[in-house]
Amino acid sequence: MTELLFPPGLLLVIGGLLMPLGAKIRNTLIFILPVLCMILIWSAPANYVVTLPFLGFELEPIKITTTGRLFATVFSLMALVGGIFAYKQASALELSAAFVYAGSAIGVTLAGDLITLFVFWEIMAIGSTLVIWAARHDAAYRASIRYLMVHLLGGLLLMIGIAGHVVETGSIRFEALELESISQYLILAGFLINAGAPPLSAWIADAYPEASPSGSVFLSAFTTKTAVFTLLIAFPGTWLLIPIGIYMIFYGIIYALLENDMRRILAYSIVNQVGFMVTGIGLGTEMALNGAAAHAFAHIIYKALLLMSAGAVLYQTGKRRCTDLGGLFQTMPWTALLGIIGALAISSFPFTSGFISKSMIAQSAADQHLAIVWFALAAASAGVFLHAGIKFPWFVFFQKDSGMRPAEAPRNMLLAMVVFAVFCVGLGVYPEPLYAILPFTVTYEPYTAAHLVAQFQLLLFAGLAFFVMLPMMKRTLTISLDFDWFYRFVFKYLGVAVVSQTSRARSQLENKAQATLQRLLNYLDKHHGVTGILSQTWPTGSMVLWIGVILGSYLLFDIVF
Amino acid sequence: MNDQDKHWLLRKENIRKLWMIFIAILAVTVVAGFFVHQHDHFGIEDSVGFFAWYGFITCVGMVVFAKLLGVFLKRPEDYYDSESGAGTDKVEVDHD
Repeated sequence: MTELLFPPGLLLVIGGLLMPLGAKIRNTLIFILPVLCMILIWSAPANYVVTLPFLGFELEPIKITTTGRLFATVFSLMALVGGIFAYKQASALELSAAFVYAGSAIGVTLAGDLITLFVFWEIMAIGSTLVIWAARHDAAYRASIRYLMVHLLGGLLLMIGIAGHVVETGSIRFEALELESISQYLILAGFLINAGAPPLSAWIADAYPEASPSGSVFLSAFTTKTAVFTLLIAFPGTWLLIPIGIYMIFYGIIYALLENDMRRILAYSIVNQVGFMVTGIGLGTEMALNGAAAHAFAHIIYKALLLMSAGAVLYQTGKRRCTDLGGLFQTMPWTALLGIIGALAISSFPFTSGFISKSMIAQSAADQHLAIVWFALAAASAGVFLHAGIKFPWFVFFQKDSGMRPAEAPRNMLLAMVVFAVFCVGLGVYPEPLYAILPFTVTYEPYTAAHLVAQFQLLLFAGLAFFVMLPMMKRTLTISLDFDWFYRFVFKYLGVAVVSQTSRARSQLENKAQATLQRLLNYLDKHHGVTGILSQTWPTGSMVLWIGVILGSYLLFDIVF
Repeated sequence: MNDQDKHWLLRKENIRKLWMIFIAILAVTVVAGFFVHQHDHFGIEDSVGFFAWYGFITCVGMVVFAKLLGVFLKRPEDYYDSESGAGTDKVEVDHD
């Protein structure tokens, strides 16, 4: 084949920019570009690198690694199936932005150096912000600005870190980094902000649920999983990531349990799922890294499926709160069934994709005899079923009868959901193709009798706990405070205080300056004004007299000297 | 609405049946635990029904913990809107 010289991610970015040109062009590009991208990625030989000299550095805009190819593949798949879900209902702006967003995420996964990575990283922030904007309502706009602020902060930390790293080591290569100085910590912080790590986890649940029904499907896939990819390459086995990951896991569960908005429940569970991956990266064994990568792959698919089913419900009913929903399984049976498949997959039910991926992470914690980590992961697995696996389908499709009888979702939406549901079950039953493209050789066997029994016990008794505790889980019309309280409330009021104080100081200063100026004007007026002594009109006679005096004095001087 | 007009899933007698089936399945998973050997990394996983009671207890714990935390963290839905709305206007008024 011809050599691959053009970054496959850039293909989607440029295609996305062409999409506003017309519906026909858009609908063609949506289906062709992701497929073309996948072909390009897979036809290039392994460890294929393209270099480009730039300002004395050797850029690597394309570098095909096993891990990068895995993520680029699932990102392309997501762009394609997300496109099927969205192309009839979404606006041109949203589709265009979504493809720029997807393309830049693919660009990151195939970047061989930190400069290329950073450029795509920032395009991603712009693309995703525009996807939120495309919902075109006031709350979405404000949420998108908060979202952009968080990501610009993350990008800034990353840029400072990269600059420092390049100065210290002279290398721009994107590879495993040692946490030696503040630069590497800043790079880590930049990556972690995009992963939804504490303290800035709130942006996910703040921004994603404000997007359009299809917008949140795109958003769920790229930003956090690109962060997982970068952590996987740059910081495998970093001990610090284990507590951060475990915090994220439980943060997601607890906040999702408190939540009433169906898409916000799913947004919190993104943090929870990424927490599993971050923990796996922190554990750092080959099996744990395989687990994190496989889980990212599986997660993108089932999370998109869940958000598609929530999006279809929102599209058909216009409602997003659990308190307004319920009983929809009667008229939206397919959306309900496909949503339940996604819910089972996220809960790692046997014979779904979550089962064959997540268990590798827990297994490697057991192999390393990390008791606290293992017990936390086991409890969290039960908790996932609790907060997403049952809670989402129960409150949306069953619960009480809301009285609503919406029609089944549009056909293109159902088709997208069917494709991803097939992947959820297919990968669960037949994981070998996924195992074959993981970063390391897989020696793990998910289907043992012991594992099946353990998982069924854990999940089904978690289900029992859900129904026993149901009275305590009554939904309320509330939101939950999070770290964003600081920037939406405290900082805001500090800001308002600063603005009002400084504007008061300014107006006082202005008054003072005006008073001084007035005094000066008064003084001038006194001498040069209408009645001022220097602006009076003089009679011609006095003029002649004074000229006579001057000329006379000349004469006098001439005689005397 | 008459109970017979409802969808079969919503009828009272069927809900009771579903509970019976669910409890039977739970019992089966615990019994199955006697026939398989869990790899004992931490000395407790192979005990009877470990995953069953551990899953149940931790989930109850998480629900209770969330409930308690909710006392401190829950706010009305328009919490930020009402507050921030007023704040935004104020900024705009003050700023020229």
